Amino acid sequence: MFAALIRWLDERLKLEGLIAPLRHKTVPTHRLSYWYFFGGITLFLFIIQVLTGILLLLYYRPGANEAFESVQYIMTRVQFGWLIRSIHSWSANLMIFTAFVHMFSVVFLKAYRKPRELTWVTGVILLFLVMGFGFSGYLLPWNTLAFFATKVGTEIAGQVPFIGRPIMIFLRGGEEVTGATLTRFFGFHVAVLPGIVTVLIAIHLFLVQRLGMSVPPKVEAHWNAHPPEKREMRFFPNFLLRELMAWYVAMGALGALAALFPWNLGVKADPFISAPAGIKPEWYFLFMFQTLKLIPSKVWIIDGEVLGVLGCSLAGLLWLLLPFFESDKTPRTKVWITGLTIFALVYVIGMTVYGYVAN
Amino acid sequence: MAMLQINFPSSFAARALALAGFFVLASCFAYGQDVNSCLDCHSAQPGHLEVTPEKFSQDIHAQKGLTCVSCHGGDASSYDPAQAMSRKAGWKGKIDRKQVPKLCGSCHSNPSYMKQYNPSLRTDQLDQYHTSMHGKRLAAGDTKAAVCTDCHSVHDLRPPSDPRSTVNPVNVAKTCSRCHSDAAYMKQYGIPTDQFANYSTSVHHDAMAVRGDLSAPTCTTCHGNHGAVPPGVDKVQNVCANCHAFQAQMYQQSTHSKVFEKASLPGCVVCHSNHGIHMPSDAMLGTGPGGVCTRCHTPGDHCDGARAAILGNLTQLDGAIKSADAALRLAESAGMEVSEARLSQDQARDALTKARVTIHTFQTALVEKDIQAGMKIAVANQKAGKDAMIERNHRRIGLGICLIAIAMMLVGLWLYIKKLES
Amino acid sequence: MCADHAPHRDTSRRRAIEIFLGGGILASLASFLYPVLRFFVPPAVVDLGGDEVVAAKSIEMKPNSGKIFRFGSRPGLLIMNNDGTYRALSATCTHLGCTVQYRPDLREIWCACHNGTYDLNGRNISGPPPRPLDVFDVHVRGDEIVVNRKREA
Repeated sequence: MFAALIRWLDERLKLEGLIAPLRHKTVPTHRLSYWYFFGGITLFLFIIQVLTGILLLLYYRPGANEAFESVQYIMTRVQFGWLIRSIHSWSANLMIFTAFVHMFSVVFLKAYRKPRELTWVTGVILLFLVMGFGFSGYLLPWNTLAFFATKVGTEIAGQVPFIGRPIMIFLRGGEEVTGATLTRFFGFHVAVLPGIVTVLIAIHLFLVQRLGMSVPPKVEAHWNAHPPEKREMRFFPNFLLRELMAWYVAMGALGALAALFPWNLGVKADPFISAPAGIKPEWYFLFMFQTLKLIPSKVWIIDGEVLGVLGCSLAGLLWLLLPFFESDKTPRTKVWITGLTIFALVYVIGMTVYGYVAN
Repeated sequence: MAMLQINFPSSFAARALALAGFFVLASCFAYGQDVNSCLDCHSAQPGHLEVTPEKFSQDIHAQKGLTCVSCHGGDASSYDPAQAMSRKAGWKGKIDRKQVPKLCGSCHSNPSYMKQYNPSLRTDQLDQYHTSMHGKRLAAGDTKAAVCTDCHSVHDLRPPSDPRSTVNPVNVAKTCSRCHSDAAYMKQYGIPTDQFANYSTSVHHDAMAVRGDLSAPTCTTCHGNHGAVPPGVDKVQNVCANCHAFQAQMYQQSTHSKVFEKASLPGCVVCHSNHGIHMPSDAMLGTGPGGVCTRCHTPGDHCDGARAAILGNLTQLDGAIKSADAALRLAESAGMEVSEARLSQDQARDALTKARVTIHTFQTALVEKDIQAGMKIAVANQKAGKDAMIERNHRRIGLGICLIAIAMMLVGLWLYIKKLES
Repeated sequence: MCADHAPHRDTSRRRAIEIFLGGGILASLASFLYPVLRFFVPPAVVDLGGDEVVAAKSIEMKPNSGKIFRFGSRPGLLIMNNDGTYRALSATCTHLGCTVQYRPDLREIWCACHNGTYDLNGRNISGPPPRPLDVFDVHVRGDEIVVNRKREA
């Protein structure tokens, strides 16, 4: 029955021509192959976000008067509303986590080397955009924590010299965080970011398909020396079926998280109360936030927060351009870069933990 | 050396010369301003004679343009003490305590005079004062009794609306306690001196001092200010009734009010005390140390039965509210949304509060009615909490089914992959 | 011998795969689609959100009477005036948070807890309350009386 359907489609879409290159694609198998799954898992979680996001759009109302109440309505009145919303929130966090894992696995497996620099660049931009998804989406339930997290976050963005203030006003839709900010973030979250991210994902996937899977340098060297030991599997259907298993596991994890730890509602935001003590952003911003908190308020003549923001921006830019520092360089440089990337991972994890533990 | 020795002849002429010189100097500084020699000298006087311009500038009378002369008489333009403080110039000296009310009253009881400053100010303070215990005792010759300046302060007298004023509501109790808590001072009058200490433990003091509720009662609210005299025994409930209207109405129509009146017992005070009024608790209906009913009623009699029934009702509703709260808390920690039931709990608590007010009718049936209304709500909320837990279990079963389906799929995929690759 | 058994094992293997895979696909897709389909069905209570609520039906209000209704997380008081118009205010007393009531005999709003009174515009006129009551917008929609919070700037 399945085969009949495929035949029907093939006759009308000339599927063979499209699928043919996929049939030839192979995925190298070695002891580090499992890391290859994480890109696909991130993509799966993004698809889940789009689907649950569209479902939530049926009931959500953006606007300071109604946003909180509409989310409350979804959680309490809509059938399985709690499930859809909790999956959306959990999947968001999981997606950012798997995106980081995917990125660091690419770093340590050196998959960013020539000719895959553009894949890396599109990927890092995608990470920034996905964190933007997280930041904009977090405000939408309009509860106290989200309100103040947005206030602090946009305040920090405003610290960039010269262009900071216009950026802050652009983000906030005004001087302060108000209902206008909510409307704006809603627009970013459901229209602007999805549009840009879809295009970038398409480019990213196209590049991955076109250039094939990268093999870690040590494995590559070993295979070059001993060609018969090279192992690979076909992408279609072998790798894809395994990927499907990974997606099913992710689906099960999401369902379990949503049912056992439903996402909480919080308290409706009141712009006139003072910020609750110990306000901190979501975990994926925590390492930057904690870094900012540790910088002294004045370093020489420069304001500490400005230095922090500029420092983080510079680090981000260098991270984006990582492949271009390594190409055709001496082994010493490569070792340096490996060392720096290990430091980066340890720093991110360490600062995140520190941010959580420090009250 | 001898040339530098200056002998100050202690004669009138020398003093006059020195003062004249001071006058010339002061007049240079005071050029264009009104000269107030009283303040200029008295700011340098020791002890109780000291009145500085800084202090006096705080005084409402000074701000309205009155000066030392307005009350004390004399000549403020002269730096010659004999002239400044001469009887001919009308100098009254330190105002005798017995004369203070009359002096203050000379302006404050004159409506036409006071109109130019504040037409809405009352002008009956002196009349009121004459009816008060303080006024009566002063008229009888007792100079220990309070006069205007004892409460209102003098020379830095602030309007009552100023939070720093000694007669601002937040400060009244402290002002009264200056005398009324001084056991030695009050010894001869034979009245207790523990009022302030008791009041400081009270719920009214708490409302005022801690919560900042300026409408909370202080000494003057119940006793009056200028006409202060303890309320007579049969008047107490009228005073409480000004705020606690419902309770007073119910009490008035109850059997207790007639009985207490006949026995000359002070109404509300019998159970609730007068100064040390604490937050009432259900223990007041109990048989333990906090019990008030048991002070009069014998255990086992008809009234004691009513007491037990009322207490039982209150305990029942209180317990129902608490167990509903627990059920809702459990549901919340399991991630269930029960905000509507939580809100409804407020209504149940309101019903309990109402029932506690209805106690003052001393009729079990009426209290029971209020309790039943609250019970309905609390029981419904507890059910909501239980239903939420049932829903949670349903979710877990649903999750289990879904996970089984996923596991099945994973096994199928694995077998399929194995088959493909064999 | 082996040739005999191999096809059996193959068929039983195939059956196992068919059951698990086919059944798995159906079961898992059903368990995903069931909540989604139920989600699409609008619930019975069409909540208008926290900004607006139906306080009462026109037929239940009589002139010179008041009704307590729930508005978001706090109680509100709906009053029908003698001339048939309505007014709505917050029913939370600004003194200590008790729920106020409408007194038809006094044509005033009264708090039973400490004898505070407000006029029909919500202004605190006697007793302990330090601030007026918040006033809401009321309008009649068909046979329903709808109360709104005053729009935020």
